[in-house]
Amino acid sequence: MTSAEQTVPLLEVRNLSKHFGAVRALSDFSMVVRPGEVVALAGDNGAGKTTLIKAISGVYHPTAGEILLRGQPVAFATPQEARDKGIETIYQDLALADNLTIGGNIFLGREPMRKAFGFLPVLDRKAMAAAAKETMSRLDFHVSRLEAPVSNFSGGQRQAVAIGRAVYWDAQILIMDEPTAALGVPEQRKVISLIHQLKAQGRGVIFISHNLQDIFAVSDRIVVLRRGVQAGERKISETNHDEVVKLMVGG
Amino acid sequence: MTSTSPAQQAEKHVAPQADHSDAARSWVRRIAEGRAWLFLAGLIICFEAWSRFAFGTTFVLNPFNVQSIAIFAVAPLLLATGQTFVIISGGIDLSLGFIMGLAAVVAAHATNMAGAAIPLPLAMLAGILAAVIVAGVPGVINGLLISRLRVPPFIGTLGMFGVARGAAFLLAGGTTVPVQNSWFALLGNGRLYGVPYLVIITAVFVIVMHYLLGQTRFGQHNYAIGANVQAARRAGIDIKDHILRLYVLSAMCAGLGGALYAARFTAGAAQAGEPLLLDSVAAVVIGGASLFGGSGTILGTVAGALVIAVIQYGLVFVNVEPFWQFIAVGVVIIISVLIDQAQRRFSGARQDD
Repeated sequence: MTSAEQTVPLLEVRNLSKHFGAVRALSDFSMVVRPGEVVALAGDNGAGKTTLIKAISGVYHPTAGEILLRGQPVAFATPQEARDKGIETIYQDLALADNLTIGGNIFLGREPMRKAFGFLPVLDRKAMAAAAKETMSRLDFHVSRLEAPVSNFSGGQRQAVAIGRAVYWDAQILIMDEPTAALGVPEQRKVISLIHQLKAQGRGVIFISHNLQDIFAVSDRIVVLRRGVQAGERKISETNHDEVVKLMVGG
Repeated sequence: MTSTSPAQQAEKHVAPQADHSDAARSWVRRIAEGRAWLFLAGLIICFEAWSRFAFGTTFVLNPFNVQSIAIFAVAPLLLATGQTFVIISGGIDLSLGFIMGLAAVVAAHATNMAGAAIPLPLAMLAGILAAVIVAGVPGVINGLLISRLRVPPFIGTLGMFGVARGAAFLLAGGTTVPVQNSWFALLGNGRLYGVPYLVIITAVFVIVMHYLLGQTRFGQHNYAIGANVQAARRAGIDIKDHILRLYVLSAMCAGLGGALYAARFTAGAAQAGEPLLLDSVAAVVIGGASLFGGSGTILGTVAGALVIAVIQYGLVFVNVEPFWQFIAVGVVIIISVLIDQAQRRFSGARQDD
């Protein structure tokens, strides 16, 4: 059994910078994410967290620096390219179509088709429902209502659907932007348990949150950003709330 | 580092539970979803009772009445079919009425011109084809305005309403254009085993559109765009391309409506679709679609169009002043929207517990 430190990192960011004109949103930033590791990204508003994840997920093109996927340098022209390489971003506002089923959401944009009567192409709803059921059970989420639109589900369940979509398409790195922000406390705990599932499956998770309690409940390491630079990196087991807050606000 | 702590293992037991279906809730939903068909059944029963009581004769069992209602429903239904797609996507197409008029005039002119050169049945087909293709032009412009230039659908298609109206009247020379083609007249007024050709064509067309909306990626993406454009975009759907095709589709539905109008009256008139635009929106809304987008079905729209046709024809049949039609259709629209909202509140769009 090798320790996580010795395996090839899933994702490595080396000396990444992103400038918008004279504004240095991100300067010379480095971090790694290993398989089965949850890395929390903390920092005040405007610290550069969003810039960083947009650079990783292909929305922004970095001004300088490198992104390596399993040791190979990559450059993404579009978010679609990043997704094809296994980097999935789960947005705060969920990005689900409320009127579609779980299967419909998982397969949105790449729906499976079958031939009815041997010639007429139709949506393969059965395949979608079966894949939805299988995927959600991998997340320990057992659904009986595969025909219901996701608007019928609670916030935590919908978050699970968004994560399920990433898992189905075999995302290796999930970037989760404030996944617990809009949820009640019991639902937050469900999402935290989902992140544990992802970790157990060997995926890498970048977890952005303002909630230190959540960060300490789920992360292995925490990387703190302040004004576009890395202000510190700690193992969760070796730090505490006070130290993290100090890193975030400086002082 | 990969082992989980006891605290983490305890967390696993709080995994999300699936929602439990609630019988009462699903019944309310089913009734609300099928409300257009319930309206239709209620209306038919009312008119039947009224007719028997007042005149001692049947309303719905008279094949002539059924035929007339079906013919009545053809044009608004064709407009409403395209409108259903547009409304589900969260837009609206106000230009359909005059696109239909434009298409009717084009169908008349094209059939006449082609009739001078080629056999009459071919000329008829050429006329219909020309009408549908010409109707696609304002559809392309609508689609480009809305998808590329971000003009709100309401304003963009309102502008096109005026443009198509002017173009149709100019093309018609301010009058109606008679069609000299016996095949075309037969198409508009003939019957197969008692069923008018117009009704058969419309039924086939509606089935194709039902398939397009319910069973294809285009339809699925249409629902997704209506519910959450951002989600659709992030899922890799080409929104601009979809919106463009959407408005071309709806304009071509109106084009077919115009061609069939010209066949039925053996004349093309620019104002053919003028009173039908609002009927088309009403049919979609009565049929269960939300003007906020994301919901609606073609079958619902069929029921909605039939509700309007039954009210219009039925009130004339029982000899009520025609102006009551407007009031009756208006009341049905309002009740329909109220049921929809009550259903949403009762079902609870979502419960964050």
